[in-house]
Amino acid sequence: MFLSMNWIKDFVDLSGLDELKLINQFSLSTAEVENDIQFKGSDISGIVVAEIKSVEDHPESKKLHLLKVDIGADELVDVVCGAPNVRVGMKTAFAKVGARIGEIEIAPRPLAGYMSCGMCCSEKEIGISDDHSGIMEITDDVANGTDLKTIYAIDDIVFEVDNKSLTNRPDLWSHYGIAREFAAIAGRPLKELDFADLKAYDELPKVDMKIEDPLCYRYSSLQFENCTRSVSPVDMRIRLFYCGMRAINFLADMTNYLMLEMGQPMHAFDSRKVGKIRIKRFEKDFDFTTLDGVERHIDPETLMICDDNTPVAIAGIMGGLDSEIVEDTNTLTLESATFDAASIRKSTVRLSHRTDASMRYEKSLDPELTTAAIARFVYLIKQFDEGVKIVSSLTDEYAYHYPEVELSFDKAYVDKYTGIAIDNDTIVNTLQRLGFGVVNNGDDFTVKVPSWRATKDVTIKADIIEEITRIYGYDNFEIHTATAPLFPTRPEPVKKDEDSVKDILVKHYNLHELHSYVWNYVDELKELGIENRGVIKLMNATNPNIETIRETMIPTQLCQIKSNLGYAPAYGVFEVGRVVTGMTDDNLCIEEKHLGITLYAKGDNIRDQYFRMKTIIETLVDELKHKKVTFEKREPAFDFEHPVNLNAVIVDGVELGKIGMLHPSVMKKLDKRANVVFAEIDMDKFAAIENNSIHYEEPSKFPAIEIDLSFLTSAFAPIAKAIENAACALIKDVDVIDIYDADENSSIAVRITFSDNARTLTKEEVAAVTDGIIADLEQQNILLKK
Amino acid sequence: MKEKLEQLKARLSEELSAAVDGKKLEELRVSYLGKKGSITDLLKGMKALSNEEKKEFGQQVNALKQLAAQSIAKRAEELKQLEIQREIDATPAFDLTIPTKEDRGSYHPITLVQRECERIFTTMGFNVEDYPEVVTDYECFESVNVPKNHPARDMQDTYYLENGELLKSQTSAAQNAILKKYGKQLMENGMPIRAIFPGRCFRNEATDATHENTFFQMEGVMVDKDISISNLIYFMKTMLSEVFQKDVKVRLRPGFFPFVEPGFELDISCLICGGETGCPSCNHSGWLELCPCGMIHPEVLKEGGIDPEQYTGFAFGLGLTRLAMMKYGIKDIRDLNSGSLKVMSQFTDDK
Repeated sequence: MFLSMNWIKDFVDLSGLDELKLINQFSLSTAEVENDIQFKGSDISGIVVAEIKSVEDHPESKKLHLLKVDIGADELVDVVCGAPNVRVGMKTAFAKVGARIGEIEIAPRPLAGYMSCGMCCSEKEIGISDDHSGIMEITDDVANGTDLKTIYAIDDIVFEVDNKSLTNRPDLWSHYGIAREFAAIAGRPLKELDFADLKAYDELPKVDMKIEDPLCYRYSSLQFENCTRSVSPVDMRIRLFYCGMRAINFLADMTNYLMLEMGQPMHAFDSRKVGKIRIKRFEKDFDFTTLDGVERHIDPETLMICDDNTPVAIAGIMGGLDSEIVEDTNTLTLESATFDAASIRKSTVRLSHRTDASMRYEKSLDPELTTAAIARFVYLIKQFDEGVKIVSSLTDEYAYHYPEVELSFDKAYVDKYTGIAIDNDTIVNTLQRLGFGVVNNGDDFTVKVPSWRATKDVTIKADIIEEITRIYGYDNFEIHTATAPLFPTRPEPVKKDEDSVKDILVKHYNLHELHSYVWNYVDELKELGIENRGVIKLMNATNPNIETIRETMIPTQLCQIKSNLGYAPAYGVFEVGRVVTGMTDDNLCIEEKHLGITLYAKGDNIRDQYFRMKTIIETLVDELKHKKVTFEKREPAFDFEHPVNLNAVIVDGVELGKIGMLHPSVMKKLDKRANVVFAEIDMDKFAAIENNSIHYEEPSKFPAIEIDLSFLTSAFAPIAKAIENAACALIKDVDVIDIYDADENSSIAVRITFSDNARTLTKEEVAAVTDGIIADLEQQNILLKK
Repeated sequence: MKEKLEQLKARLSEELSAAVDGKKLEELRVSYLGKKGSITDLLKGMKALSNEEKKEFGQQVNALKQLAAQSIAKRAEELKQLEIQREIDATPAFDLTIPTKEDRGSYHPITLVQRECERIFTTMGFNVEDYPEVVTDYECFESVNVPKNHPARDMQDTYYLENGELLKSQTSAAQNAILKKYGKQLMENGMPIRAIFPGRCFRNEATDATHENTFFQMEGVMVDKDISISNLIYFMKTMLSEVFQKDVKVRLRPGFFPFVEPGFELDISCLICGGETGCPSCNHSGWLELCPCGMIHPEVLKEGGIDPEQYTGFAFGLGLTRLAMMKYGIKDIRDLNSGSLKVMSQFTDDK
């Protein structure tokens, strides 16, 4: 919303104050002012009133005219002018020699063979409207040569307030409301508006009007005739233009002017079309053409203004084409009403049509405004068009009154909430300047909230704190720390583990942490031949490619691998992210926090990759839980999983996740000359595993004996079993030192370390154990390699 | 005989310098000191001498023998040194201008910024909380004073799921749960609620260089008996000065958020120009809008089971994504979720 300082200064005397500072203070106390403050009129000077005394056609140009104009000087001035609307006797805006328009300084210059000593200006050239169809026509009775700036309010400071920052302040959608803030900030009184006394028309007949729907809170109306003025006064047009509206005609401009001044949207109907005003909704859908010529679909939820049963306007949004004021309109019916804010807001959403009126209505306007705005309208219109005749009494139906809001609090409450000491006088003064009624008794306050703040904005004591503090100024706050007792902080186990996991993966294993979206990348998955699977979808996704919430992290990571092909011959990525794996009995999502790891490498070293992944998982569990991992074969649950080597990761009997290889069909689509291994771990389950902590064992001071045994087999499990069966406390470590993979000649070499803390072992006792192991394996046909 | 001895002595010195490797030196040693060596031979030739002569000659031979052994050992040591020197001389100097690739992983920039914030708040006694991404309407809106039909719901275009749940549009969705989790300790043990909850948020909007449908925020709350606006400003200023490692100025402007009253938009002095002059990065205003904050709305406290007459608190929502972009100069917000290693592998540990 654009605001004119001139307009604000109609209502509060800011003389002697720095207006830019005040605007900045407004930003800090009320609502955000956008950065580019406009200094209207600052780029023009030397524009005066000139009267065209003679007009001659240019001998060689169809467009150009040779003018002599009177600028109040001794001699007439010669000007060459291309405007179509020049005529003798017309007064216009004239940039005389030495005048400045933007970067241009006006100087005498030859134009099409004739000297031109100045320039007749269009309103657009002066910056007071966007009319460039001809030069400005000045109808006011002003002396030739008068500087335009002395008769019209061209110089102005115009600033913009972000509409979003006014969402909760219906009272600020007007210059008068903004002026109230400036008055409070500047500590100057707010002037009363001038109104017409409408009681004078009480004897006149009423408008036939009835509210038939509770969505209309108040409807006020007045009829008048004989409005003859068609063009608005220049100053009114300038204000409208500076505030971002176009002047249309006097009546339309008047309603817009009132809306910008008081915040009350108004509408004028042709009285012939609205004999019986009824406000209601219809049971059936229908189409309705608004005054902008657009046919709109109206549903039974949309509140309408009707002439009996004929809709004539969409309540609070826009009037209809058929009831618009036309050339031969004589009697006008003025509407000034209040509607249910949520209803208007929803209607604008359904109609996809937002107007200056609806923007205000959806903020919950003060119903007290309706009659005041009519009184102001009458006051102003009589100033500008004396012949206007009021032909009805003020007709007003006030169906819904917002409850009056009265709030009580004491100084202790203010002190506690602010943390500083604001004295009682400041509290009273601030609130009074903002229009609150204040009763102050010692340290106790009772506050009556003004109607324009009581529609939704100020309802509780804390709201009063805001009123006091924002005007007091947050920059003026003395700031201090809280005096709260100290207690240790306890990190969430899952957060702690997540941090450690990230550190290990980045620092030990050089993996890269990537982020991704929580939904499946449908198009990318299709390229990999992976099904778009998920247990739940978004209801209002604008793009089907981001609709299905992922069930597992891995497909996303495969897409990432695909988009990073060529980054390096081998790398790994990971993410701790969320997946939805199922629904509860109450139809709520089962959301899990998963760690996904995917390793990629060129070449055919899949076994090395797989064991690297195994090491990663075992290291995570060992470092953070000091426990061992077991693996157990699983059948694939997803189409990207290789049926071989898919293993569950189990700690303490709890299945934390799985590790696996990529299905060949997906692998071929991803990269034929590489291999991929993945793992996915449920972080909440991981965090729930109890940390076994460190169990320190003093290393034996006696020498250990290492025995290497090589068996003719390709499976380690029986060897592990046989060593376990030996149940020998002297065995401290078992290592696989060599694997020879050659079908029938495969062999596995193990190194068994024996030691005892109390003595040196004898060869004989160690041999007895190893012989037992060898014999055990021999029985299973696993022979020692000679 | 004596002559022979002198000759031998002279020859030894000659041959020693000619022995240029260990093998030659060993041959030399054997040729002089071995059983059949020249010096041994000298002793053998002594039989012909008188006892007197024997004694004198024997002493001389022994001296020679010792001399030979010593000089051979010395020569051996020299050769060893020579050998090492030769090895040193033969060692090639490496060309370090040849580029090598660093062998390391990387953190997501959000992780780096989030950890930094968590560290700062932990030192100030805040607990770090974790919260789901899928939440109910109650958690995200109702419980934080955004009832149905509230315009604020339109302000944030929310992703709804088929079952009526939603992807949280703000970290405030965790507020109610945090208040309930710690409320008892507050009321019974006087333990103030101090918590931050970083998390991913979602908004149903079109993406471009400055808009993302998926981004990170970090919400913080503090509730106690006398928490004031003054405390809020203090904490925000302290925390942000830590985050940016400089004394930032903060300013508060009124801002409307249903979950706080009063609510503020917090600006910090521009990090580039310091707020004095204005520059392109702060759009010449000297200030950067950074985070909404405010005093927790009494209704929100009440809904969390905390009596707003007894307790007050503040809350703030810091945009971690925004912070990361500011800190590292990331221009396009979409880079963060792009999964591109060219972009993301640049972010090493940044403690």
